[in-house]
Amino acid sequence: MEDVCAKFVSQKISKVRWRPLHAAALQPPDIFATGSWDNEDNRISLWSVGDLGNAGLSGEYQGEPQLLCDIRHNGDVRDMQFLDQERIVVASSTGTVTIFRHHQNNQTLSGNQRWEKAHYHVDQDTSCGGAACTGVICNKPEIVTVGEDGRINLFRADQKDAVRTIDNADSSTLHAVTFLRTTEILTVNSIGQLKIWDLRQQRNEPSQIFSLTGDRVPLHCVDRHPNQQHIVATGGQDGMLSIWDIRHGTMPVCLLNAHEAEMWEVHFHPSNPDHLFTCSEDGSLWHWDTSTDVSEKPSFLHQGGRTTAYFSHSTINQSVVSAWLSNDPTKDRMEITNLVPNETLSVNSLDVLGPCLVYGTDAEAIYVNRQLFA
Amino acid sequence: MEEPDVEPAVTVVPGADPAAGQLCFAWGPTEVLVCETRFGRTGGSRPGRPGSGASGPALSACVAGREEGGASASRVFVFRKDEDIYIDALRKLFNESHGIFLGLQRSEEKLAGKSRKAHLVQVSKNYRSVIRACMEDMHQAASKFVPILSAMELIWNLCEILFVEAAAAGPLLLRLLDWVRLHVCDVDNMVREVLSSEDPSKHELFWNVVDAFVLQGRMDEARHLLSKEASANPMSMNMYRILDDLMEKMPVPSLNNMQTLTEMELKWQHWHEECQRYLQNGTFASSSHMESICKILLGDEDAILEKKELMTTWYHFLVTRLLYSHPTVKPMELRFYAQSSMDLFLGRECSPEPLDTILMAAFAFEIHEVIKECSIALSNWWFVAHLTDLLDHCKLLQSHNLYFGSNMREFLLLEYASGLFSHHSLWQLGVSYFDYCPEYGRAYLELHIERIPLNTEQKALKVLRICERRQMQEQVRSICKIMAMKALRNNRLGSALSWSIRAKDSAFATLISDRFLKDYCERGSFSDLDLIDNLGPSMLLSDRLTFLAKYREFHRLYGEEQFSEAARLLLMLLTSHIAPCFFWMTLLTDALPLLEQKEVIFSTEQTYGLMRCLEDLTAGKLDKQKFQDDVETMKVEMLRLALARNLARAIIKEGTLEAS
Repeated sequence: MEDVCAKFVSQKISKVRWRPLHAAALQPPDIFATGSWDNEDNRISLWSVGDLGNAGLSGEYQGEPQLLCDIRHNGDVRDMQFLDQERIVVASSTGTVTIFRHHQNNQTLSGNQRWEKAHYHVDQDTSCGGAACTGVICNKPEIVTVGEDGRINLFRADQKDAVRTIDNADSSTLHAVTFLRTTEILTVNSIGQLKIWDLRQQRNEPSQIFSLTGDRVPLHCVDRHPNQQHIVATGGQDGMLSIWDIRHGTMPVCLLNAHEAEMWEVHFHPSNPDHLFTCSEDGSLWHWDTSTDVSEKPSFLHQGGRTTAYFSHSTINQSVVSAWLSNDPTKDRMEITNLVPNETLSVNSLDVLGPCLVYGTDAEAIYVNRQLFA
Repeated sequence: MEEPDVEPAVTVVPGADPAAGQLCFAWGPTEVLVCETRFGRTGGSRPGRPGSGASGPALSACVAGREEGGASASRVFVFRKDEDIYIDALRKLFNESHGIFLGLQRSEEKLAGKSRKAHLVQVSKNYRSVIRACMEDMHQAASKFVPILSAMELIWNLCEILFVEAAAAGPLLLRLLDWVRLHVCDVDNMVREVLSSEDPSKHELFWNVVDAFVLQGRMDEARHLLSKEASANPMSMNMYRILDDLMEKMPVPSLNNMQTLTEMELKWQHWHEECQRYLQNGTFASSSHMESICKILLGDEDAILEKKELMTTWYHFLVTRLLYSHPTVKPMELRFYAQSSMDLFLGRECSPEPLDTILMAAFAFEIHEVIKECSIALSNWWFVAHLTDLLDHCKLLQSHNLYFGSNMREFLLLEYASGLFSHHSLWQLGVSYFDYCPEYGRAYLELHIERIPLNTEQKALKVLRICERRQMQEQVRSICKIMAMKALRNNRLGSALSWSIRAKDSAFATLISDRFLKDYCERGSFSDLDLIDNLGPSMLLSDRLTFLAKYREFHRLYGEEQFSEAARLLLMLLTSHIAPCFFWMTLLTDALPLLEQKEVIFSTEQTYGLMRCLEDLTAGKLDKQKFQDDVETMKVEMLRLALARNLARAIIKEGTLEAS
């Protein structure tokens, strides 16, 4: 594990996110953001893993992350997304949604825009109390947030008021949100349901509800396959990974036994979606790899090696049954590795971009692996 | 029973004035809350009720924050026993050592014999490297904790040599030399200064550096420096060569038992006599510096003590003395040399500092004394808890039992973990420490975990997971109940219900179901349909919840115009008595539109059933009071009419069917 470097940061990390790359960029990502939770004084921090000055030509240098700048944040950081290269949208446990701007010339962070109490409870005395905002997703300039109050908000950066609010969209807590298409979003909630919402429709009801059978185990995270949009992965309270095909059925296509406790995040690799990453409260981080070549079943995806597969996804994805949807994905088609050697406390968040993985834990450490596929 | 051998320390409350009024205290969420009362020093006019000042506003003030109350009598002070827990820079130490601690506990079963010792030494080194890493970070921030950490590492290292590794005579000295070299590092700064000067041999500190090297047994470095001086003084070349030769030949104990101790002693004796000879011949008489070095080589105590400034500490003196006069010292003899070295070095007038006492106890192999002194001297439990745990794994503490609690390891771990739990963020670490306290860990965990403020759902989920993993049913229920109550207060019935389903708390599920039903009675429509429609097997948690789900099913059937199905379900709900009394009227009213349908839905049998229910309801009510208003009475009248009409139609229908 010598290609992983760790840094203890004296705050429990609840979110880590790579800064997105320019479309034309060839270098691996070098800057990521973290958010902390459960501190008296929570912070948003930006870190650099670039070879600042001391790189040398060998490229072997694996410096530990250097703090670029940080700023105070009110309440726990519950979710965080880069809106673009400079702006980060942060969801707070106080119900506030804030956009922070990173000034790259003088390495500072500042609050750019704020929606106070975007999520709130109305109690019997009709006084308002903030409710935690649990999830945020961006598709510039649109920002969608969900919260413990079961509310869905659609904001637009640079607009003061919410563009659209669905009150009481869910009777239980909404745990996460992601875009399905530009106008449709997916949410997961604490009674094991996956819902699709079409934001064009004025009805305040989901266009489709999927749910787990049996015990309604809460779902904590959701991600959509980057190329095949009908494939959705969710992670639940029991650590189970569910793969859904939202074109048919109302139940998951397959359930994979994974972690021993809450699965906090699930991510398809954005450019290499045969790889999936999950992290959990039990302190483990798993790498699911379906790209391993299987001799009996020739797959179009892997015939020409990784590069062709990469280019041809969009044209052939109609004819190929994705490895994720095959009936028996566990059977010698999937390789699973645990990337955390000594599990102790929860791995709360992970992000993967290019060959780089970053994750943050309750043990107050951030880890960066820059040679994921080495 | 042992007597506590230290007087309890007096803590001065900064800012409080005990002369002006009495202070009172209460055990609080951290350690102790102290507040000022309005009672005078002697008791005041009213009979002093101790603690009365701590009730009400005073206590809530401390929950809100600390001190700063404005009026002098309303200040609250928060006391923390383990104050180091709150230092941010030390959090790295706590977190990283937590991982090492867990690794040590988990590896316990796997290891045996020789590899076990090597493993324990490695663990000890890992702990020390964490302290060192922390120290480096703090160096940059110029923190006042650097000396404390440095002392901790010094003690730990010595304990590692003496207890964990238990080095035998021979290697013991080498380890002690390493220890001194690592911790007395003034010499390195001096060397850098001297070597960076233009002509090192002319530097005023030149001989100091050479002496320092010799005192630490760093012969090669000393010889290297001397060779520079020698090349500058061709006159005394011979003298240098002899000294150089002596230093080179000095026998050292070997690490890998290649030679026996007797062999080593013989060689050493021989070398010692050779040195003696040169000194007596006056070979070095022309250079006082070289003469004193030769005296040091001979282990001359006065010569060594002359270099007091270079050694700075008595334990350096001890090791130097051992090196040049007793290189094969046995562990058990250490205490005598240590004691006399300290006395010689410090002289009579100087009393030993706590650090000296601790090191002395270590040299005397009094492990319990070391731990006790450390507990008193250091302001944290981190050090003693981890050290004791490690020593316990070395099986060095087993015979010792305390007259309170279980054993020393557990006692110290409990103290440390309790400190962690009082911290707003580090409480998660404390859990694992409690896990490895076989006797009281569980009880402590149960008590502490209930006191964690559950300010967000995510935190509650994490606490809940901790409890569920350890089958702490009681705590699971209470956490879910707290969260369900919060959700209920925020009018989030759906969330409340899912919390009580998780705790399998049927009483609370009943309560929430009643809220749903009452809401329905008031508004005529259901909220949170997505939840009620998807209850699944969890609806069996309580009768009321089952009723709620079934009643909602009735609505669905009715909406889908499956009237006979709906009618059967409705009657079932009424006759099986799972419907709450307050809801009967609503159910019967729901029957009205079914009774008024064009086709006959309720059979005669079913109509009789409905009539019985209506009579039961009205009869029950008659006993207590009349129906409150006309609306109710009218409803009953309408129902009776509808029932009668339906009965008539049903009789006709059934009669015709049978006839045909």
